[in-house]
Amino acid sequence: MRVPLSWLKDFTPLEVDVFDEASVGALASTLDGLGLVVESIETVGGVLPGVVLARIMEIHAIEGADRVRKVLVDDGERPRLEIVCGATNFALGDVVPLATIGTRLPGGMVIAERRMRGATSNGMLCSEKELEIAEDAAGLMIVASPGGVDAPLPDAVRLGRRLDDYLGLVPEVVFDIAVEPNRPDALAVAGIARDLAAKLGLAFSIPSPVVAEGSTEASTLASVAIKSEEGCSALVGRVLEGVAEFASPGLVRRRLELAGVRPINAVVDASNYVMLEFGQPTHAYDLDRLQGHGIVVRLAKSGEEIITLDDQRRVLGRERLADGDVVELPELVIADVADTAVGVAGVMGGLETEITAVTTTVLLEVANFDSLLIGRTSARLGLKSEASQRFWRGVDPLGLERAADRFCELVQQAAREADLPVPLAARGTLRAEATPYVATEVDLRVARVNSLLGTSLSEAQIVRLLAPIGFEVRDADGRRVVTVPSWRVDATREVDVIEEIARHYGYEQIGRSERRSPRVGVLTSHQARRRRLRSALIGAGVTEAWTSSLVDPRTEAAVGSPGPYSEVLNPIDRDETVLRTGLMGGLLEAIAYNEAHRNSSIRLFEIGSVFGPSDADGRPTEEEQVAVALAAGDDARSAMALFRALAEAIGLDPEGYVFEQGEARSLESERLTTGMHPARTAIVMARRADPRTRPVAVAVGEVDPDVLRAAGVAAPRVGWIVAPLVGLFSLPERSEKAKQVSRYPSSDLDLAFVMDDDVPASRLLETLQRACGPLLESIKLIDVYRGDAVAPGTRSLAVRLRLVALDRTLGPEDLSAVQKDAIELVESRLPARLRS
Amino acid sequence: MTSEKTVELDHDRFPTPSELDEMLASATSTISAVNTTDALSVLEGELLGRKSLMASWKRLLGVLPIADRRSAGQVLNEARLALEAAFSTRNDELSSTGRVERLVADRLDLSEVLEETRPGHLHLVTQVRDELEDVFLGMGYEIAEGPEVENEWYNFTALNMPRHHSARSIQDSFYLDIGDKETWLLRSQTSPVQIRLLERGVLPIYAIAPGRVYRRDTPDNRHIPIFHQIEGMVVDEGVTFGDMAGTIETFIKAIFGSDVSTRLRPAYFPFTEPSAELEITCTICRGAGCRTCSFTGWIELGGCGMVHPAVFEATGVDPERWTGFAFGFGIDRLAFMRHEFEDLRSLMENDIRFLTQF
Repeated sequence: MRVPLSWLKDFTPLEVDVFDEASVGALASTLDGLGLVVESIETVGGVLPGVVLARIMEIHAIEGADRVRKVLVDDGERPRLEIVCGATNFALGDVVPLATIGTRLPGGMVIAERRMRGATSNGMLCSEKELEIAEDAAGLMIVASPGGVDAPLPDAVRLGRRLDDYLGLVPEVVFDIAVEPNRPDALAVAGIARDLAAKLGLAFSIPSPVVAEGSTEASTLASVAIKSEEGCSALVGRVLEGVAEFASPGLVRRRLELAGVRPINAVVDASNYVMLEFGQPTHAYDLDRLQGHGIVVRLAKSGEEIITLDDQRRVLGRERLADGDVVELPELVIADVADTAVGVAGVMGGLETEITAVTTTVLLEVANFDSLLIGRTSARLGLKSEASQRFWRGVDPLGLERAADRFCELVQQAAREADLPVPLAARGTLRAEATPYVATEVDLRVARVNSLLGTSLSEAQIVRLLAPIGFEVRDADGRRVVTVPSWRVDATREVDVIEEIARHYGYEQIGRSERRSPRVGVLTSHQARRRRLRSALIGAGVTEAWTSSLVDPRTEAAVGSPGPYSEVLNPIDRDETVLRTGLMGGLLEAIAYNEAHRNSSIRLFEIGSVFGPSDADGRPTEEEQVAVALAAGDDARSAMALFRALAEAIGLDPEGYVFEQGEARSLESERLTTGMHPARTAIVMARRADPRTRPVAVAVGEVDPDVLRAAGVAAPRVGWIVAPLVGLFSLPERSEKAKQVSRYPSSDLDLAFVMDDDVPASRLLETLQRACGPLLESIKLIDVYRGDAVAPGTRSLAVRLRLVALDRTLGPEDLSAVQKDAIELVESRLPARLRS
Repeated sequence: MTSEKTVELDHDRFPTPSELDEMLASATSTISAVNTTDALSVLEGELLGRKSLMASWKRLLGVLPIADRRSAGQVLNEARLALEAAFSTRNDELSSTGRVERLVADRLDLSEVLEETRPGHLHLVTQVRDELEDVFLGMGYEIAEGPEVENEWYNFTALNMPRHHSARSIQDSFYLDIGDKETWLLRSQTSPVQIRLLERGVLPIYAIAPGRVYRRDTPDNRHIPIFHQIEGMVVDEGVTFGDMAGTIETFIKAIFGSDVSTRLRPAYFPFTEPSAELEITCTICRGAGCRTCSFTGWIELGGCGMVHPAVFEATGVDPERWTGFAFGFGIDRLAFMRHEFEDLRSLMENDIRFLTQF
């Protein structure tokens, strides 16, 4: 909300000087401290010395110039001052602003005498844009257009009068204030002034409007009625007769513009001015265009149509949903007495009954509409007007008559200022009421105030803080009862009142203390292991990425995710419409991005949530996964090596898990291996679980080359590890118990076996492990050979067994015994032969 | 071996003491004149080896008369030790010169290294999150986590956001096309975790909840629709607004340094009352005033407030017995402020050049 300082001063005597930055800054700080956050402070206008009112007396063409004309003006001192002017939007007798010689315009231009084609320009006639009064202009600013050089001018339009004086263009400071949703009172200049006055200990008053009334009873001219059980608690009407179209006084126009509202004419301006001043929206109808000369508030009929002021056709009372269903909605309209809708209540008026240049009688509607109804309708129609916003926050139910009267007063003042006949208000105010206002009362406990805030305020202090903002405290049988002011419809509970006390006491005044937890802070085992996993990954040269959880369904399909996907109803990006079901799409995209930027050593990991189909509650399943993508000349081997290193780093028992590749279960059935190379992927499972049901903890291998192509990744191979964290951390951990290390020298035994290609090397290693028993210190595959020296379809696997005993040095007889057992066991259990 | 004053020394005759002295002196000077370790070891063989005079004389000891044997042995032994010492000294001298040459020949230009091994880097958001977590762990808080897909109860209703609250509108949150319309959504804040903690019913609560949140903000250099928040909650008996202000001041100093202070400004959040905007001393200019803080010396960090009684009522906690406060701020924004990068979207681009700076 943009609030000019001078407007605040209408209600409270603020001691702030527009030229004194310190005092302006102090006021802004006070506003901040009240929760009325000043987002910007703007100093505008300033004086325009040298720009005066002048009248067009003669217009002459200049020979040889078709873009400019010679104009003779009367500036009050010089009756025929010669000016050269390029604008054409004026007529003889019009009054326009004249920038005299030596004037510096807001843009920096200094006016000097100029000669062209035999004419002399002794100044410049100005537009509103050149004077920075308005954003743009079609031509000169026309101050008055009485029709001819002899027509009389209004009193205020004295030739030679300074334009800033005429417009009330005193320098002004405008505060742009962010108003919180729980401050309906602060969407009004008067409300902000009240809060400030209370905080600063200044007087505050809202002057009573003075309305000139005629003799006709309003009730004989018009009627107002509420024919809805919900949505409108009260409706007030006021009739103004003898209205013509004329402009508002300069001060009103200026304040409206500074507040961000475009001045139109006295009637529309008065309506807007009242809204900004008191927070009460009003709507002016051309009474003669209302059938039956009255208005009725009622619920819209289903599908009822109306053309609003912005020339849009609006369908009310029902809504067609995205899936085609139509739902009925309670929405309010204003109708005339013949039941034709003439406005969307609280949101926007209708085009048909809008006031125009020929309007002579105005019916002003001032209503208190229900916040939820108006909020919903304005959101549905996408019409967030100044009015609907205020109804949505809640207007003052006791402020309707005052707003109506202030409107009449403003229109009448404008007429007086323009020296026109004053439109008289019909006698009396029309009023309909559906629900009488009952003030909210809440019990307030002084002890509760202090125990919640940590203060030691006395009851008297509390009363002194609350009274200036309208919260009245009284005693009722020993209880303290607070009556909430009508303009604070947001306040309904004790805690709302406590917040007001804190706000006006000052948050900075509340003494600070400290709360210590009685507990010890520790990471859960899951959190601690997740951190170890991350550390191990970065230690291995892998960098953490963060990719979007909202993805393009085509990306998901490209990595082979079968779906169904959880769709977003209202995506902002028209491609990213579903929740990711895995991390592959995002990481491959990141790899492609880095490749495109010629980055090397692309090794990325991500830990994040992925989403699956809905469970019994309807909630999409959500799983925290880790995925590692190695694209720095890596392949499945590097992924395997990295997995073993990670497993060790997070404390897994190397004996506690097994790899399987294309064996016990079909890989296709495993969701985890989606997008992976079917022949270069192994799954990891806990060793001791039932092989048929044990869950897959990890998938290790490579990304499917077709998937890489589809994702636009250039690397021919990308090593890949993926695991649900819960699954990974469920693999057996290493025992904490220390394992004794032998002090005796160890001996190595190298054996090579020829084995069919389709039998995994891991089976050879496992068999050898079993054969060696407790003497085995380590076992390592040291060479794989395929070639002419072995039969096709087989390969030679060389293994180094390191043997050691805890109690002695092994002798040749120990080694040969182990060798014999090992060869026997391997040859009997596996399709493998010792390589000779 | 030669000597100018040739004394007739003989393998078969034990030398006189003066002959021995002379031989020693001559040998010592020869030793010190040798220039390579190889020559030295040849000379050592000649003077002390199996075929040397010294070896022969040692063998002669056996045939000397018993009376002379003892003293002759002693003299011969002393001469041997002296020669050995001379060799050792010269050897040390020679090998130290050889070592320098050897090592020089082994020189490596360390700037010639081609292979670069770089560690991976944690994402900036993770780094800031871990740092924040550690501060709160130190203060005895638990770290609570919750799902990213929530229903309207946890994300809104239980947090005292009435049905038509603006934050609930479809413009601000991502709703999912599952079940009844507008039932499931991507959480727009980490506050649902507060509700889960309260519903768990284990009091008092000292907890933080970091995590990913979603809002329908059009991405630009200061907004991304997916970002991270950290939320904190303390619920205990007798917790006051003053406790909130003091506790926040404590952890802000722990995070940003003791020269950073905090101030609270009235604000509105549906789930707290009284509510406050949390501002801290500008971390860029340390309060002096700069562009980041619009020359105010303060920057807005997040929000906080006393837990609204309606939130306690919704979760079955007695608001008369328990009071508490909650606070929250953006992790990404914190990283953005601290590292002064230009565009918040950099966090999601995953450009290795960006990620590996931190």
